[in-house]
Amino acid sequence: MARKPSDRRIIGTALRKIDAVAKVTGTTRFADDLAFPRMLYCKLLRATHPHARVVSIDASAARALDGVQAVLTGKDLPIPFGILPVSQDEHALCVDKVRFIGDPVAAVAATSEETATAALDRITVAYEPLRSFDSAEAAVANPEPRIHDYGDSGNLHKLIDLEFGDAAAGIAEGDVVREDLFFFEGNTHLPMEQHAAVAVWSPDGKLTLWSSTQTPHYVHRALAKVLELPPARVRVIATPNGGGFGGKSDPFNHEIAVAKLAMLTGRPVKITLTREEVFYCHRGRHPTLMWVRTGVKKSGAITGMHFRSLLDGGAYGSYGVASTYYTGALQTVTYNIPRYHFQGARAFTNKAPCGPKRGHGTPQPRFALEVHVDKIAEQLGLDPAELRLRTLVPPNSLTANYLRVGSMGLGRCIEKVIAGSEWKKRFRQLPEGRGVGLACSSYISGAGLPIYWNNMPHSGVQLKCDRSGGVTVFCGSTDIGQGSDSILAYIVAEILGIDPFDIAVVTADTDLTPVDLGSYSSRVTLMSGNAALQAAERARQILAVHAAKQLEVPVDRLQFADGRVFDGNDSKRGMSFADAVQAAEAAAGTVGTVGSYTPPRSAGRYRGAGVGPSPAYSYSACVAEVDVDPETGIVRVPTIWIAHDVGRSINAATVIGQVEGSIYMGLGEALMEEMAYRGNRNVVHKIPSLLEYKSPTTLEMCDVITYLVEDPDPNGPFGAKEVGQGPLLPVMPAVANAVYDAVGVRIDEVPITPEKVLKALRRKAKGEAGRVGPESFPDIPWPEPTRVPTPWEGGDGKAVEQVRA
Amino acid sequence: MLRLPSFRYLQPASLTEALRMKRDAGPDGMFVAGGTDLYPNMKRRHQEPRTVISLMGISDLRATEGRKDGTTVGSCLTLRDLSVLPAFRPYAAVATAARLVSTPLLRNMGTLGGNLCLDTRCNYYNQSYEWRKSIDFCMKKDGKICWVAPSSPRCWAVSSSDVAPVMVAIGAEYGLIGPHGERVVPAARFYNNDGINYLTKQTDEILVEVRLPASNGWDAVYHKLRRRGSFDFPVLGVAAWINWQSGAGSREPLVNDARIVLGGVASYPQEIAEAAAALRGKPLSDETIAAAAEAAYRPSKPMDNTDFDLSWRKQMTRVYVKRALEELRARHT
Repeated sequence: MARKPSDRRIIGTALRKIDAVAKVTGTTRFADDLAFPRMLYCKLLRATHPHARVVSIDASAARALDGVQAVLTGKDLPIPFGILPVSQDEHALCVDKVRFIGDPVAAVAATSEETATAALDRITVAYEPLRSFDSAEAAVANPEPRIHDYGDSGNLHKLIDLEFGDAAAGIAEGDVVREDLFFFEGNTHLPMEQHAAVAVWSPDGKLTLWSSTQTPHYVHRALAKVLELPPARVRVIATPNGGGFGGKSDPFNHEIAVAKLAMLTGRPVKITLTREEVFYCHRGRHPTLMWVRTGVKKSGAITGMHFRSLLDGGAYGSYGVASTYYTGALQTVTYNIPRYHFQGARAFTNKAPCGPKRGHGTPQPRFALEVHVDKIAEQLGLDPAELRLRTLVPPNSLTANYLRVGSMGLGRCIEKVIAGSEWKKRFRQLPEGRGVGLACSSYISGAGLPIYWNNMPHSGVQLKCDRSGGVTVFCGSTDIGQGSDSILAYIVAEILGIDPFDIAVVTADTDLTPVDLGSYSSRVTLMSGNAALQAAERARQILAVHAAKQLEVPVDRLQFADGRVFDGNDSKRGMSFADAVQAAEAAAGTVGTVGSYTPPRSAGRYRGAGVGPSPAYSYSACVAEVDVDPETGIVRVPTIWIAHDVGRSINAATVIGQVEGSIYMGLGEALMEEMAYRGNRNVVHKIPSLLEYKSPTTLEMCDVITYLVEDPDPNGPFGAKEVGQGPLLPVMPAVANAVYDAVGVRIDEVPITPEKVLKALRRKAKGEAGRVGPESFPDIPWPEPTRVPTPWEGGDGKAVEQVRA
Repeated sequence: MLRLPSFRYLQPASLTEALRMKRDAGPDGMFVAGGTDLYPNMKRRHQEPRTVISLMGISDLRATEGRKDGTTVGSCLTLRDLSVLPAFRPYAAVATAARLVSTPLLRNMGTLGGNLCLDTRCNYYNQSYEWRKSIDFCMKKDGKICWVAPSSPRCWAVSSSDVAPVMVAIGAEYGLIGPHGERVVPAARFYNNDGINYLTKQTDEILVEVRLPASNGWDAVYHKLRRRGSFDFPVLGVAAWINWQSGAGSREPLVNDARIVLGGVASYPQEIAEAAAALRGKPLSDETIAAAAEAAYRPSKPMDNTDFDLSWRKQMTRVYVKRALEELRARHT
């Protein structure tokens, strides 16, 4: 008997995380806490040239050093790998060329870290330098020398051109046509835990790797491929991550290097990266240049939009093809855009590779779109909140690019923050130097498609009911601090009516747990949650059948709560949960069930339709208040009001924690964080340290007032949607819009630094445009567009066949 | 991890013993106090001592003593002590500067002497060995060129102490001891405008104490510019000292003497004589403050080797000198 929401005991309450005590008492064992007898330590020698051919490597002096057990170079690991099947462009150690300062060229295993470090200095690498490129524009302008020998054109890795309806004609129907340019600087994840991995090679030829990874399943695949081992002989265990944020989602060179070194030496091998090396792993936000042109009616209705993005991908593919599609995918799920044209390009450059950072490819276009909409509202003389409310995408609808929107609580989110911030009394009415800005956003609750093509579930759960009354949940999902282990326990506890702290959770171990694709794309609560829900409901069904017999009560009258199974009409008539398990076990054998989740099929059928679809979209609205010092240009943010449509909170406390954490990260991106390189000095990362890569401290953190909007989505477990990434997105544009409200200047790029604000104020004082931002978008050899008729033009999600002349 | 290389650690109980240990260790020996500057630098191979001699076991170096003409402060008092002990209440600018150094944790370890002798900083220099190898090193360590100003014969690393500009501004004196005895130098003469040879102290000398002048008749403030409210070194520090004319009565008070000292813009705490000259004998009116700020702005020449854009940092000199003087004016009325 399904209980009504009001009867729920666990879902929606603010419970402690199941690993909270271990975390706060320091007993959680992270990858770097692991130690084994006879363990060796690995260090990587990294490239000191941004782009060069490797002429020769001489490691003989390193091998001769007392304590050095093995030295690997590129030729020892010749098979390439990469997270996406279309970008298998990385090697554990560079084979013939290096592509950025920090690219690893050799790996040493020694009896101490100090010896391994000393050995690095004894390896001689001869390089033949090649011309290097430090920006996407430079890569566009210089097709040669190519950084990679694959890609769509010269140093352009990927070119995308998708058109949904005749966007130019749509734009022309607008009463106002507005065009803007924006730039979003690259920034990095900055997890507190530096990446670490330990490999053990057993005498019977099995490899085990413990690693601080968000994606043990993909690491498993990469290890088997590069090391040429049968996958059944490879075990990957993701240790609890001290923060991930997307920075631990790729299979990494250091993971493969320690595995190979363990195989060669027969001894456990460990690596813990330095903070500087984490900057070289990166995979963070792509620096992105954007151009947008939109037609709008006087009413605020959008008639068409054309959006271009140019991403600086750094030295490798990583998730970059998906990132590039994401810069164009989600524009359509907030405001109704009837005709839409997207062109995206990703360049290779000689910098640390970019990839997925919280929000993956969507914070950049969201920044552009939300500032663009703010400018449109001003041009039309409309309140920007009103403009947005008028143009909302309706729930249960299909967008021009075939994304299926289910529940849609953005309107309620806007109303919450407008009321909470007293927007109507403040917007354009605060004294000079103070201002408020509004921005909204949306994010996916898990990607609709897996990273490599397959038709299997995205998440699986096995559930074991023990005769003691304990329950164990097995799932491949990885807790990166977001609380995914706890979510499994809460959901199973809710269905089986037991205490979540009586549930053992075994996760992220490829030998023990069914596959979950990983902690990325905000997929875990929805997907592993649905799998756990299914497994738990199946277990309840088994237990109920046998309990009903024993209690002589109809099955559909049984309730599971407070550790008991009982008659809903007469609660005294019941048995303990343990007794119910015993009854089932006696009658039918060991009680175990499975559950799995596969997202619904997406509506788009065109090439590129794989990026953007999701079982559910979360929505956020945010008002930022700023103080701008007109003498210095320094911007402070005292308060942010944010409303987030999470569908349904599984744990209200961890949901709010994710919202506040997103605000914190967004504030850093808005005001200070940047991956800066010395273009004139060999393209070194300018500031690869926690001290000089500026990220806010508690003193810069604003007050956050959070409103949770609960509009349950039928695709989410108990209606839940994502919260881990979406609330970050509106922060940057809300701050930019607030700066304009405060001092009347437009900073059309992030970070919004004091230098830029002061420069814009000076320009304004001189009577010039009070703006700092990009001035042009380079010419790019766009391919012939893929033309897809929109649903309202009778489209079926497929592209129109191109007729070649 | 980035490992601290192996070294020998000695902890003398007296200055005599410390000097003897340094003599025995020779050029491979270095003194350390709190270690919050030296140890991270050793990880990056900036300093590579084989023997590190700690001064923290020498109780004389942690004493504070009131004198007729001021207060003597031991160099190994922690920055936290300096920011909270009642003895420093009359020296508000000193306590403020100490409180603005880095983070609470590092102030519990870091000392007055360590901050006054802080190694100059530069973002071509404060990098790991491997990073520096990628740019073929710089003249401050292992290389030949100054990447901040490639044609320069000298190193442009930046004096990044918060407390030093205040000591220069208030006219403190430093007591040193070395193999050849004791000497006292005015704070201003303790520093050189050279990123490598930034101290006049010899490597075998120990900074023992700081003599603060009597606290009457003057006032001083310290304003610090940095990206964040914690952690960061100054990209600009302004120490302003005013000696007011006495017996002004009901008239607008006049400046008898002044000193404006900038931190974070040169390899030493840079005293701007022109700014002081603009104030002497005048009231602290908006006009004289603006004139002093302008005078400080012109010689302020930050280089592209810290956080923030250098032209913005230069422009901030004007704003921060103005704000420091406005605070002094507000406090006097």
